Amino acid sequence: MNLDAVVVGGGLHGCSAALQLALRKLRCLVIEKDTVGRHASGVNAGGVRRLDRDPAEIPLSVAAMEMWWAIAELVGDDCGFRLSGQIKIAQNETELAVLEERARLVRSLGYEHEEPVGANELFRLVPALSRHCVGGLVAREDGFAQPYQTTKAFRDKAASLGVRFLEGTRVLGVERKAGDWIAETDRGRFAAPVLVNCAGGWGDAIAAATGDPVPFEVVAPMMMVSARLPPFLTPVVGAAGRKLSFKQMDNGTVVIGGGHFGGADAEAGTTSLDFRALAESARTVAELFPIMRGASIVRCWAGLEGFVADGLPVIGPGTGEPGIYHAFGFSTHGFQLGPAVGRIVADLVTRGESDLPIEPFRIDRFAKPPSAVPHPSAGSG
Amino acid sequence: MTARHELAVIGAGPAGLAAAATAAELGLKVALFDDQPAPGGQIYRGVERTPLADPAVLGDDYRRGADLAEAFRASGAAYHPSCGVWLLTPERELGLLDNGQARFVTAGRVIIAGGAMERPVPFPGWTLPGVMTAGAGQILLKSAGMVPGKGVVLAGTGPLLLLLAAQYLRAGVQIAALLDMTPPSNALRALPHLPAALSAFGTLAKGLALKREIHRAGVRVVKGVTSLRALGEARLEAVAYEAGGREQRLDSELLLVHFGVIPESNTTRSLGIRHLWDSRQLCWRPVADAWGNTGAEGFAVAGDGAGIGGALAAEYAGRLAALEAARALGRIDAAERDRSAAPVRAALAKERRVRPFLDVLFQPAPELISQLADDTVVCRCEEVTAGQIREAVGQGCTGPNQLKSFTRCGMGPCQGRQCGTTVSQLIGHTLGRPVEEIGAYRIRPPLKPIGLTQLAALDGEGEAAA
Amino acid sequence: MFKKLHDDGAERVTVTIDGREARVPAGETVAAAALIHGLQPFRTSAVSGAPRAPYCMMGVCFDCLVEIDGTPNRQACQVRVAEGMAIRRQDGAGETAP
Ligand SMILES: Cc1cc2nc3c(=O)[nH]c(=O)nc-3n(C[C@H](O)[C@H](O)[C@H](O)COP(=O)(O)OP(=O)(O)OC[C@H]3O[C@@H](n4cnc5c(N)ncnc54)[C@H](O)[C@@H]3O)c2cc1C
Ligand SMILES: Cc1cc2nc3c(=O)[nH]c(=O)nc-3n(C[C@H](O)[C@H](O)[C@H](O)COP(=O)(O)OP(=O)(O)OC[C@H]3O[C@@H](n4cnc5c(N)ncnc54)[C@H](O)[C@@H]3O)c2cc1C
Ligand code: FES
Repeated sequence: MNLDAVVVGGGLHGCSAALQLALRKLRCLVIEKDTVGRHASGVNAGGVRRLDRDPAEIPLSVAAMEMWWAIAELVGDDCGFRLSGQIKIAQNETELAVLEERARLVRSLGYEHEEPVGANELFRLVPALSRHCVGGLVAREDGFAQPYQTTKAFRDKAASLGVRFLEGTRVLGVERKAGDWIAETDRGRFAAPVLVNCAGGWGDAIAAATGDPVPFEVVAPMMMVSARLPPFLTPVVGAAGRKLSFKQMDNGTVVIGGGHFGGADAEAGTTSLDFRALAESARTVAELFPIMRGASIVRCWAGLEGFVADGLPVIGPGTGEPGIYHAFGFSTHGFQLGPAVGRIVADLVTRGESDLPIEPFRIDRFAKPPSAVPHPSAGSG
Repeated sequence: MTARHELAVIGAGPAGLAAAATAAELGLKVALFDDQPAPGGQIYRGVERTPLADPAVLGDDYRRGADLAEAFRASGAAYHPSCGVWLLTPERELGLLDNGQARFVTAGRVIIAGGAMERPVPFPGWTLPGVMTAGAGQILLKSAGMVPGKGVVLAGTGPLLLLLAAQYLRAGVQIAALLDMTPPSNALRALPHLPAALSAFGTLAKGLALKREIHRAGVRVVKGVTSLRALGEARLEAVAYEAGGREQRLDSELLLVHFGVIPESNTTRSLGIRHLWDSRQLCWRPVADAWGNTGAEGFAVAGDGAGIGGALAAEYAGRLAALEAARALGRIDAAERDRSAAPVRAALAKERRVRPFLDVLFQPAPELISQLADDTVVCRCEEVTAGQIREAVGQGCTGPNQLKSFTRCGMGPCQGRQCGTTVSQLIGHTLGRPVEEIGAYRIRPPLKPIGLTQLAALDGEGEAAA
Repeated sequence: MFKKLHDDGAERVTVTIDGREARVPAGETVAAAALIHGLQPFRTSAVSGAPRAPYCMMGVCFDCLVEIDGTPNRQACQVRVAEGMAIRRQDGAGETAP
């Protein structure tokens, strides 16, 4: 079989990259050790959020958002996307001041999507919110989508364009030989001139093997979901002073996340839950949403996610041999970026450059003198 | 500070009561947690204080439970009733909901004796009010002295169905019909297992006596029943079925169904313990050694939760697990353990010899799952039908966990308990692959839904905040 | 559907079932009490609005969910009656406490 590219990892980023490569007529194989969408891409909170992104990510996030608004045109499925809006709330004046400062910063960068609101508008948007809150920051055209449905839609579209998916197959090592990248797997070797590393929480291993180590940690953001409740909430809610991501699905269940981490075992591919941290989450919810005090928690879970030391993903070519491209380590907020990053990767492969500013995501950004590595704590959603 | 126990026992049925009493007598500091308000488990439910004026209705076996409960009460084991276990960690931390208060405890060893549940078998109309399980009928009898008002229909297969019929008759209940769905070919297939079973003659004799009792009472017993359907709009109005090639219909407001019992495996599964598909009992059971030790360090299983063996086998297995716990915790040495275990093991072996015969004799028809009509609801919570499951498989879904993402099957409040076994079998059948390969739902705590405010009341130390 | 075999002479408590007062044996489950007093159905399902009532009585089917003292999604077969308890049918996803 003649391949133009091998993609390691069948998460949203691997599927999106493969789809974009196929749209550019490249023959692609996606190798996935488990099943497509089994990890972060299939189990995340589904937040499609530009709100409160790191300034470096804003251009990508804005480009991705335009794709989300027309997602059915790209993949032939609406991915369960809802234009619900996202809002980050302030519980006191100090928090509100921080949010207003943030809004000024975003505006100064030339973007209009983040809008500070006072108490009246806040309670109009989120009537169920506890009355002690004072204001918030809104992105009215943000939303949420169904993670597994989305990843599957990207996969199905890619497959319809000829991309092959090899599930239950693990890439054990990669090397470059005679102008090709060879992916050694537990089911044989696959060669192509281009190798794309979309291995999520395992991406650092491939990067290190090709001479580009990055300071990296695997984390396990936890989620809880309630039994169905009557509809009471439209936007996705986060909080300035708390770890929170809070949304009600169409079916009435309430999905609660926000960056409390459980135990992660990347090698085994498993996670464990930390109920002391989830109790903290429950307290936050009970305080902010009195309506939730009668709710019951039906399920909890966690997903494995790669967290790069500065909380930003790695996107771009490797520094050594040619033909290798990385897109991994999305540090708890890569779902929303999925549609755009696939395009970036495909542009890099076919044109050697991207229209979007990806300098901050260079893989060798840590190769400079080591700086203090902050502990991962960014909220997801 | 989080309380620490030497041995935690989960479940106050015969297995848990015997385990806790045996261990306490050997000097272990034992705490037994059970989500019911009184000891007994399923078979001996309400045994200390049944509301029945005449407990003889329940039969002789029921009385053995009173002795067990008494020995347990006298043993010095700490008893925590109305205390559900919703979390088990590999470090042997237990999350409890103790009379509504969430808290943590830790234990040096844990014996899981959570018992069985009735095998859920979907059929058209099985979600209608007025359709319940035979076990449900029995629980109402044992714990509330309640019996069907008039014209109850019993349907399905298994000893419990016959037992309930007999218990109802003794209580003066009129039974409209007993629809026997045992495949007629089972008897022949079970025959090779009969010689072994004869050593447990008592069990067989009891079964025959039940049949005679039902026959003598003149209950209408219909053999070879298939295509069971529950009809009605707001509630059950009639039961339809096929027998002898003819379509039949019985008006009734209460249908009690039973298709045998299977281990309640969510608890053991949540620990990542390996489970294998028992192709004779048609259910998953945790893999454990002869002492009940599982692959999860310090966790043993005993009783029907480890594989269906009945009340006596449960009691013996509970004792064995307790002896092993006492050895592991240094109270007795291996020699003493083995000495004390020998008679128990012999009794257990004898009890188990009857199983293969009973398992095959009462095996539900494979068609109940393989021929499920497309519009029959399989997942009661999310109302996912057999057709939707087959469709998902057609779209590339290869297992129960993926099915959740495809259809929400198994994602409701019962956490897959009602659809799990059916789903594994149905996917296996649709793909033409063994159930073992298809696997089962991954189970995460909480084992039962927990109130948001109950969870919120756990403070950082783990104790419920005052 | 069900009847009591006999009056067991047990101590009674007063509860309300969908607003109507009922004297029921202390220690009995909400499901048993509500079945005897004709609560039918116990709830309508959240997905399709179908009528549901207890199925297993042992806590594994979650079809007996009712609202108890304002809290929805309580398992009637696992909760014991208590003096003054307000038991209500649950419609769909249930109403939440204000
Ligand atoms: C609980 C949770 C909630 C989240 N909430 C949000 C949110 O609301 N909004 C948001 O934007 N982001 C969110 N995120 C983050 C988001 O899910 C991830 O950033 C994103 O899905 C990453 O996609 P990916 O394709 O890079 O990784 P993954 O989905 O992890 O895919 C990587 C795949 O590579 C495979 N793989 C790895 N190594 C190999 C190998 N050697 N051989 C073969 N296959 C291999 C893995 O099996 C895996 O399937 C959340 C994450 C979690 C865990
Ligand atoms: C509904 C039903 C009725 C039955 N009736 C009979 C009968 O009449 N005669 C007969 O011979 N056999 C009967 N059986 C078969 C029964 O499984 C065994 O006879 C016997 O009861 C098994 O004993 P055990 O100790 O293994 O479990 P059980 O007797 O089932 O006891 C398990 C106990 O653990 C509790 N428990 C489970 N999980 C948790 C948790 N997470 N936290 C706290 N507590 C927990 C349960 O509530 C229960 O009290 C019945 C089974 C069922 C399901
Ligand atoms: S009747 Fe099944 S859980 Fe209550």
